[in-house]
Parts: sequence; C-alpha cells; structure tokens
Amino acid sequence: MSGCGTDKTGGCGGGCGCGSAAPSAETAIDAGRRAFLGGAGAVAVTTLAPTVTLIAYGTSEAQAAGADPAKRWGLLIDISKCADGCTACVTACKTENGWEGGADNQQDSQWIRKVSLRDPKSGVTRSAPVMCQHCALPPCVDVCPTGASMKRADGIVLVDKHRCIGCRYCMMACPYKARSFVHHELEDQKPWAPRGVGTVESCTLCVHRVDRGEAPACVSACATAGGAMLFGDLNDPGSEIAKAVASVPTKQIRGDLGVDPGVRYRNL
Amino acid sequence: MTHITYTECKGGRWFGTAFVALLGVLGIGAASALYMEINGHVVSGMNNSVVWGLPHVFAIFLILVASGVLNIASLGSVFGEMGYKPKARLSSVLAITFLVGGLSVLVLDLGRPDRLTVAMTNYNFRSIFAWNVLLYSGFVGIVGAYLVVQMTRRWERFVKPVGLLAFLWRLILTTGTGSIFGFLVARSGYGTAVLAPEFIAMSLAYGLAVFLLIRIAIDDASDRRLADLLLDRLARLLVIFVGSVLYFTGVYHFTAIFSPERVEFEAWILLHGGLYTGVFWIGAVALGLIAPMAMLYNRTEVTRGRVALASALVILGGFAQLWVILIGGQVFPMRLFPGFEVSSSFGDGVVATYVPSLPEFGLGLGGVAVALLLTMIALRLFRLLPHEEA
Repeated sequence: MSGCGTDKTGGCGGGCGCGSAAPSAETAIDAGRRAFLGGAGAVAVTTLAPTVTLIAYGTSEAQAAGADPAKRWGLLIDISKCADGCTACVTACKTENGWEGGADNQQDSQWIRKVSLRDPKSGVTRSAPVMCQHCALPPCVDVCPTGASMKRADGIVLVDKHRCIGCRYCMMACPYKARSFVHHELEDQKPWAPRGVGTVESCTLCVHRVDRGEAPACVSACATAGGAMLFGDLNDPGSEIAKAVASVPTKQIRGDLGVDPGVRYRNL
Repeated sequence: MTHITYTECKGGRWFGTAFVALLGVLGIGAASALYMEINGHVVSGMNNSVVWGLPHVFAIFLILVASGVLNIASLGSVFGEMGYKPKARLSSVLAITFLVGGLSVLVLDLGRPDRLTVAMTNYNFRSIFAWNVLLYSGFVGIVGAYLVVQMTRRWERFVKPVGLLAFLWRLILTTGTGSIFGFLVARSGYGTAVLAPEFIAMSLAYGLAVFLLIRIAIDDASDRRLADLLLDRLARLLVIFVGSVLYFTGVYHFTAIFSPERVEFEAWILLHGGLYTGVFWIGAVALGLIAPMAMLYNRTEVTRGRVALASALVILGGFAQLWVILIGGQVFPMRLFPGFEVSSSFGDGVVATYVPSLPEFGLGLGGVAVALLLTMIALRLFRLLPHEEA
C-alpha cells in the first residue's frame, strides 16, 4: 500500500494531519520529489534518446520551378486499343523511374498498374492503365500537412521528397490508389526520379522528360505497342489531345468526385 | 466544500512496481519504434492498401481518451458541478499525458520521424492534419494553463474561463480528429460528417472509462475512496456516454445503407466482412456498448468491481470500434470503376489483408506506457489527489 504526502493547498480537509505539517517534513517530501524527478529524468533520457535518431538525409528536390501555368499536361487513353496482356507502359515506367513492384507484394511501390475490368452484365472485358490522375483539385495536395504533396503550375502533381514526413494521409485521400509508400531502403536510384524510404511517391508524368520536351515513358512505349495513349497540353486547343477530347466522348475515373483528373479515358 | 486538501503520491511498493513495469513496456515501445525506423515499414504489417495500422488505432484511442477525460474537470469548472472539483486536477493531467502518449505513437510511426521539425515549420492550412498539429499543441498548452490556475490559489478566478476555453478547445480538437476521416471521399467507409460527433461521443465514453479505471486503481493502492454517490453518478454518466456512442454508430451505419457510394461497404462490414464483421458486432457493439450499459443501467447500487469491469469493456470495445473504422475502412477495395468487376496486381477489387506485426503492437503499447508513466510522475510530483473524498 502506498501512502500519499500530506501537504496542502488551501485549508486542511481534516483527518490527514497535514494542516500543521512541520517544515522538516515538508523539506523531506520535497527532497523525495527531487530525487524522484532526477531518477525519472535520467531514465526518460536514456530510454527515449535512441529512438530520436536524426537520420537526416534527403532524396532530391521535386521539380517544381519553371512550369508553365498556361499549360495543363494530360493523357488520353483509348482502352479499346489497350490489350489485356500488354504491360508495355508499366515496364517502361519501371525502367525509366527505377521501381520494381508489381509481384502482388502490397508493400512494393506501383506507379502505374493495369486494371482488368469486366462488366458482369454483358461479360465485356477491358484493360486500363491506372496511375496518378494529376487532378486539377488533388485531394492528396489538400490533405498533406506539410505541403510536400504539390501541384505544379502546369498541372503535374508531385511529392517533394525533402518535405514528405511519411504520414501517408495523401494515400488515404487519393481516390485512385495511385500512391505508394516506400517501405524499405532503396539502392541505385535514378538521379531524375528521386525516391526515399519512409516517403510517399507516385507517377510524376515523367516530369523530367516533359521538361525537356519529350513524352512520358509509358506513352512512348505504348506508341509502339498499341498506340492507346496520347499525351499533350489539354489547354492548347491546337494540340492533338485537346482536339481528341473535344471531338470524342471521354471519361475521367470517378469524375463524380469533382477532382477533375488530367487523365481521360476513351471507350471506357 | 470550502477547502480541499490535495496531496502528491509518496510512492511506495505498489507505485514502484507499477512504475518499473511500465518502464519495461516503454522499453518495448522504444525498441519497436527503433526497429521500424532502422528497417523501414517493411517490418510492419502495413502496406499500400492499409496505410494506417495498429499504431494508429492505439494513437487515436489515446487522443480520444485525452479529450474525453477532461470532461470530469469541465463538469466542475464549466457546469458548476462542485462534486467533481476534487477530481479536476487528475482529469486535467490525464488529458495531457494521454495526448502526449497518443502523439508519441503517431510521430514514431511516421515514415520519417526525424523530420518532425518539417511538420512543425511547414503548414498547409487546407489540411485538417496540419490543423490538428495546432489543435493538439494548443490543447497541451491550454490544459496546462488550466492545471496551473487550478493549483494556484490566487488565480482561482481564472479557473472557470480557462476551463471553458479548454472545454471548447477539446470539442474542436475531437471534431478535427473525426474530420481526418470525415473529409476523405476516396474510401467508402469514410467521407461522412457524422464521424465528427461520433468521435466526440467516443471520446467522452473512453475518457470516462479510463478515468474510472485509473481512479479505482489509485483507490486500491491508497487509503482513499471515491464516494459511493459520486461513483454512482459517474456510472450513470458512463451509461449516457456509451449510449450516445451507440446512437452515433447506428446513425453512421444506417445512413450509409441509403448511400449508393457506401452501401456495398456497409453490406460487407455488417454482414460479410468475416473478422471485421465479428469484431464490430461482438467486440464493438455487444461487449463494448451493450454489455456495459446493461451492467450499469438502472442499478440502485453499483459496486466498484462492476464499474471497473464495465469501464474495461468500454475500453476494449473502443479498440474494436476503432479497429473496424480504421482498418475495416481501408481493407475494403476502392470503387474506381463502379459497376465493373476489377482486378490488378495492386489489390484492386479485393479485400486487402492486414496482419499487424509485433513492433506495431509494441509501439502502440509504448504509447500507453508513456501516458501512464507521465501520469505517475505527475502524481508523484504534484498535489493532484484530494486527500479525503468529499
């Protein structure tokens, strides 16, 4: 049974014998407190210090500067041209950006995946590549507490690997399951596609290629495989993609959510 | 009751044993955090489908307790129920210690806990998460001030206004915690405003249950006793709080049945979800809500043992409830292509698997240990407990 000290604030409640606590008793209790505080402090420091290791290394700056606010980069994917077994876009993305997931290991990153669709009523099947949809109103950017999730002026949604704290709230918020968390240490990263353990990543629309005037790797690979993907500036009425979007019916995945994805699908 | 004498705990054998045991649990928690930090989250059961796991269940439970346990102090300071005033100091301390415990788990589960300074210096004010960082630190500051004015006789006139501020702050704080999920439109189990008041009801129930258990444990270890009348009132209050959790749980699930967006998820979680359905009906509803209400409702006289058991069930049910909300809400596949059967290498169209690893469990327990150890340190150092119950 432990007792309690009998100091008081206010008057004595009675029955405790504390009302006339002698100075010596007071001093003794304070000394006890001090000893306890000292001991507890020492234990706290030795216990907690190892956990607060500051492994302060970064990955790389996400490319945000120099984006043209007049542009809105986007994709149009015609899934009638997307063969069920073809994974050319996925393979190209892996090679370009250096990720290796896809073997049904749910801890591995997948920047782009092929989703097989089947209409249970008609039995019609389709296959569609799904990646970051580069939304105009990206929920991942809204929820990110540090601003690491960001949208470039030209509509490309990126993660600043220096600022990401790995809270994964963006993954909770993304309606497309387009983001991955790096669960383990990485080696041999591509200089143009910075990645880091403990941070979140997703399709960058091959921003490094776009900034030097090239199409994303998936689009280039698809051009020789099936020609289902079209890349370009949705804001430029003269661009091939803008003309296509204006002339044929296209859909955005979960367009009902109002996040206005920059990736559109045809024949979905 | 013009004067209340408060005392600190001197320590003693029981105190020392409990303290050392909790230090052991803290050590397990620290080792778990370190293990996850060195190896990455690959050693956790979390994955790209279930991105928040068992540590978050612990963390959110502790944060809800922190908010709810302050209710005892609010009853005295804000609502003028003077019978609760002697319990206000302990209530305030528990509010701080449980919040610190919960936040410790959240921070140590981050992919990059070393970047805590980044989180504290870069705010995206569109993010409810960023707001929560401010709400949580503000809560510690305000409740700390509340405790100081309670313990300083010449500042007694500030107790009511500061207590009112703390009361309002914690309502906003728990609204913020519920809104972390309430704002998410991506997943069928979330994206509903009812989660905010439901989390407030949960915080009141879990906070009171934890307070009762801790008070009964302190009583058992010392020569003090909660007055029977007060125990009876707190037991009745627990019934009301648990009843309100039951109400909001009902509203959350009932309204979902009428939402095309959520109806598939509801059918799964209520009927076909296997483990999750079982945990919901047996753990959260039967054991966590119905049983404690039945044990305490309309009793002419409640015993300490009955109150302790009912409180323990409420806490157990709380973990079950949060498990179903957090994990159940994530394992259910997202509706990317409504109306289609889908499959992929990334888990589209199938219920995800999540098996928590030992380090996750250790980290969660470590958060509980942080809360309880800080409470014991506060009890040892400060005069928090009324010497004789009124």
